[in-house]
Amino acid sequence: MTTHYLVLSALLFVIGGVGVLVRRNAIVVFMCVELMLNACNLAFVTFARQNGNLDGQIIAFFVMIVAAAEVVIGLAIIVTIFRTRRSASVDDVNLLKY
Amino acid sequence: MNGTIQAPTIEYGLLAPMLVVFGAAIIGVLVEAFAPRYLRSSIHKPLTLLSLAGAFVLTIWQARSGIPTKPAAMGAVAVDGPALFIWGTILVLAFVSVLLINDEGHFVASASAVPGSAEEERALSEGATHTEVYPLALFAVGGMLLFPAANDLLAMFVALEVMSLPLYLLCGLARRRRLLSQEAAVKYFLLGAFSSAFFLYGTALLYGYAGSVDLAKIGASLGAVGGQDTLLYIGAAMLGVGLLFKIGAAPFQAWKPDVYQGSPTPITALMASGTLVAAFGALLRVFWVALGGLEWSWTPIMWGVAILTMVTGAILAITQTDIKRMLAYSSIAHGGFLLIGVVAIGNQQQNASALSALLFYLVAYGFTTVGAFAIVTTVRDAGGEAWHLSRWAGLGKRRPLVATVFAFFLLAFAGIPLTSGFFGKYAVFQAAVDAGATPLVVVGVVSSAVAAFFYVRVIVLMFFSDPAADGPSVVIPGGTWAVGALATLATVVLGVFPQPVLDLAHTAAQSLFVR
Repeated sequence: MTTHYLVLSALLFVIGGVGVLVRRNAIVVFMCVELMLNACNLAFVTFARQNGNLDGQIIAFFVMIVAAAEVVIGLAIIVTIFRTRRSASVDDVNLLKY
Repeated sequence: MNGTIQAPTIEYGLLAPMLVVFGAAIIGVLVEAFAPRYLRSSIHKPLTLLSLAGAFVLTIWQARSGIPTKPAAMGAVAVDGPALFIWGTILVLAFVSVLLINDEGHFVASASAVPGSAEEERALSEGATHTEVYPLALFAVGGMLLFPAANDLLAMFVALEVMSLPLYLLCGLARRRRLLSQEAAVKYFLLGAFSSAFFLYGTALLYGYAGSVDLAKIGASLGAVGGQDTLLYIGAAMLGVGLLFKIGAAPFQAWKPDVYQGSPTPITALMASGTLVAAFGALLRVFWVALGGLEWSWTPIMWGVAILTMVTGAILAITQTDIKRMLAYSSIAHGGFLLIGVVAIGNQQQNASALSALLFYLVAYGFTTVGAFAIVTTVRDAGGEAWHLSRWAGLGKRRPLVATVFAFFLLAFAGIPLTSGFFGKYAVFQAAVDAGATPLVVVGVVSSAVAAFFYVRVIVLMFFSDPAADGPSVVIPGGTWAVGALATLATVVLGVFPQPVLDLAHTAAQSLFVR
């Protein structure tokens, strides 16, 4: 039965990954990264069920904390660059190249 | 199952170096909260340097009092020979980088103020500084210490984030060229978060395969669990993506030049030395301890990655016109040389000699790279550091000493005999030949030769061109002077008299990673 959850988790991960690659807005890109982390959580919890131990469920809590810390840092950085450039598009940050 | 919970045993003594650094970081946060503004800087500087020095002394003391043979903290952290050696290396490199951070003028007065706005003017006129830099750097160093010592994938993931998150912020705090700095922070953050999601999904799949995230248990379950090879292979690959990203191995190297160029140069020095050392420690632990039994599957891929990394780094560096980007590509190429050592795996003795070669290379490269970035901070134009190579023309005629020291670092990068780079490369290539990776060594030698071209090009530019009339001035604050002297000393000593450090690396590597 757990296979369905794994398939869902893989789907969410792929949606997140494709979103990071195709979306332009830094906030949306960042949301897609968070979606990938949540897909990881779903996989952890499912595997915990499958393996019959609690490790995976504990790990999910750690991941949530780390994801929360990442949101704090990420939004700070994105808001700063938005205030400077009046744009949160990742296509506009193109000064550093070659 | 009587409902009582066993308290975990934590070996505080073994974890002491890490705890000292994290403790000092937390005290630093409290200083930010409670100390008046004019006192903060004078509290942070000694606190940061003393905690790093104290952690280093504790590491030495532990190494002398015997290397533990089993993992600490309920199997979450492995304080073994290689980990202690890497800790010592990171702490010294971090200490030196903090000396660079100490010198005035690298960091923005107020990061939240829009460049050129009245708010920024006010912050500048009040003489505000971001002293948060110190606790952030300490947290990053703490993460760097935990990363290579983590013995399960959860601890490793948390360490990865503790190391990376402060660095994302530090990247965006340059005083000059604010837009470039903020851009570097956004790029590093988005790509870093993306890659750590891969690392985490890989962890999840390996947990599904082995039923545990403990590296040794994953290693033991290879071959013992049947019918789930898909989980194992995809999991190992995703884990590899996350780790290779941190090293900046091709094809995951794209962030490195941008981030190294945009960040404040002292932070670049910290990343180029400390992060690289920590990431290689973690990569080795994952691939040798957890996936050692899978060697036949991952070595061919790692060969490809190593070749691609060396070639990309060496060739793209030739086209660079910016000194920091050139050093970034050189760092990518050096990551490739180090990866040669990662695939030089074999029997117990072969592993020990490959590991000791890698440890020596990391020390040698770390010192040289901090020294090179220290010199970059000293050559300044009206608008800040002079990054464009054309500005460096004729530096040898105007400031012979600075140019000579920089030339010496470049020769060490190239691996010329009598510099530390030569023995590092020699040891790694030797280990690879012993493991039968001769074609890889041939590629390594050829890309070293290509790399030597652009190092020598800079030297020629510095010594054999005429200086421009409005050339950059050279300003050497006290801390930077000390860093340059220390790095020169280390590069000379490791190049002329490498035996003590080679012996130390050999002793540290002898016991290999504990399981």
